[in-house]
Amino acid sequence: MKILALIAVALTGWLLMSAVSDFPDWGDPHSPANSYRLSQGYITDTFPQTSVPNMVTAVLADYRGYDTMFETVVIFTAGIAIIGILRRYGPKDKVIPEQKLYKKEPDLIVETTCRLMIPIIQLFALYVVAHGHHSPGGGFQGGVIFGASFILLALARDLQATQKWVPESRILNLAGTGIFIYAGFGFLCLLLGSNFLDYAILHKVMGVTPIEARSHSMLGVEIGVAFTVTAIMFSIYSNLASNGYMKEGL
Amino acid sequence: MELFEAISTKINYWVYIVIMMIGLFAMISKNNLIKKLIGMSIFQTAIILFYVSIGVKEGATIPILYHDQVHAAHGDHGEADTSHGEHGAVESHEADIHINPDDFTNPLVHVLMLTAIVVGVSTLGVGLAITQKLHREFGSIEEHEILEIIKSGK
Repeated sequence: MKILALIAVALTGWLLMSAVSDFPDWGDPHSPANSYRLSQGYITDTFPQTSVPNMVTAVLADYRGYDTMFETVVIFTAGIAIIGILRRYGPKDKVIPEQKLYKKEPDLIVETTCRLMIPIIQLFALYVVAHGHHSPGGGFQGGVIFGASFILLALARDLQATQKWVPESRILNLAGTGIFIYAGFGFLCLLLGSNFLDYAILHKVMGVTPIEARSHSMLGVEIGVAFTVTAIMFSIYSNLASNGYMKEGL
Repeated sequence: MELFEAISTKINYWVYIVIMMIGLFAMISKNNLIKKLIGMSIFQTAIILFYVSIGVKEGATIPILYHDQVHAAHGDHGEADTSHGEHGAVESHEADIHINPDDFTNPLVHVLMLTAIVVGVSTLGVGLAITQKLHREFGSIEEHEILEIIKSGK
C-alpha cells in the first residue's frame, strides 16, 4: 500500500516537475500573471476608484465583494456543520453539578499573563479590523485574532468561565449578525437603486463623495466579516475541545 | 552550473512541488485520520505558496500604497473638491498619482489565497469534527480499524 502510494506520488511529482521549465522565473515582473492588465489595473486604479491604499482589501471587499460575502457564508456553514456533528444536548447536560467538573488550579503566572495579554490582543484585533484598508489587515485577520483571545482565555481558565462572557447563543447570534451586516450593505445598495454590493451609491446615506463611500462601506463589511470569523473561531474551538459537551475544555 | 541556474531561478516551483507531494503522500498512505488531515493542510499550504510566489516581482513591495502617495492625493483631492466638484476630484486623482505597477506585488493572488486560507480553515475544522465523531462512535481514528468494525457488522 505504501509502495503504491509512493509510486503514485513520485509519478505526480515527476509530471509537475517536468512542467517547471515552462513556468516564468521567480520574481519576473513581466510574467503572464503579473503583466496581465487585470492585476495591473488593480494596482493602478484601486486608489483613484476607491481611495483605499491597501489593494488587497479593496479587491477583497469591493471588486470581489460577492466572493467574499459567500466566503463568510462558508465559514458560517462550517461552524454550523461542526455544531451539527459534535454538539450534544444530553439530558445529563444540566444535571452535572459544577463542583463535579474538573477544576483547574488557578495558576498565578498564567492568570496574570492572560489578564495582561488579552486586552492587548483584543485591542490589536480591533486595530487590524479598523485599519485594514490602510495597512495589512482586514476582517478575516482581525476576526481570527479576536477569536484567539477568547481561545486563550478558555485555555488559561476553563470553558465554563469563558462561557459566562461568550455563551453559545451569543456566539451564534454574533455569527449571523456578521453575515446580515455584509448582506445588508448589499441590499442597501439595491434599495438605493444600484447593483448589489456596488457601494458608490451609498454616498447618499453617508454624506461623502462616492469614492469615499466605497472606502467606508469596505470598513462596514469588514466589521461584518470580523463578527462572523470571531464567533465561528471560538465556536469551532469550544466544540472540538470539549467533545461537544461545552462543559470543560482542554 | 547550468543545473544550479535552472533550479535557482525557479526555486519556488521546486519547493512547492516537494511540499505538495509530502502532503499528498500523507493523505494517501497514512492510516491515522488526523495525519491525513495534516497532510491535507500541508497540501493546501503548498498551493498557497505556489500562488503567492507567482505574484512576486523583483524589487517590489507589498500591495499597499506608500504613505506619501496617499497623502499627496488627499491634498489634491481637497482642493479639487472645492473647485470642481466630484468629477473634478476623480480626474485630479487619475492625473496626479503615478503608480507604477512594477513597484507593487500582484494583489490578485493575495486575495485569492486569503479566501483559500479561509476555506482551508473551514475544511480542516469540519474534518476534525468528523474525526472526533468517528472516535466517539468507533473508539478509534485508525482507518483500517474503523473499516474492520464496519465489516464485522457490529
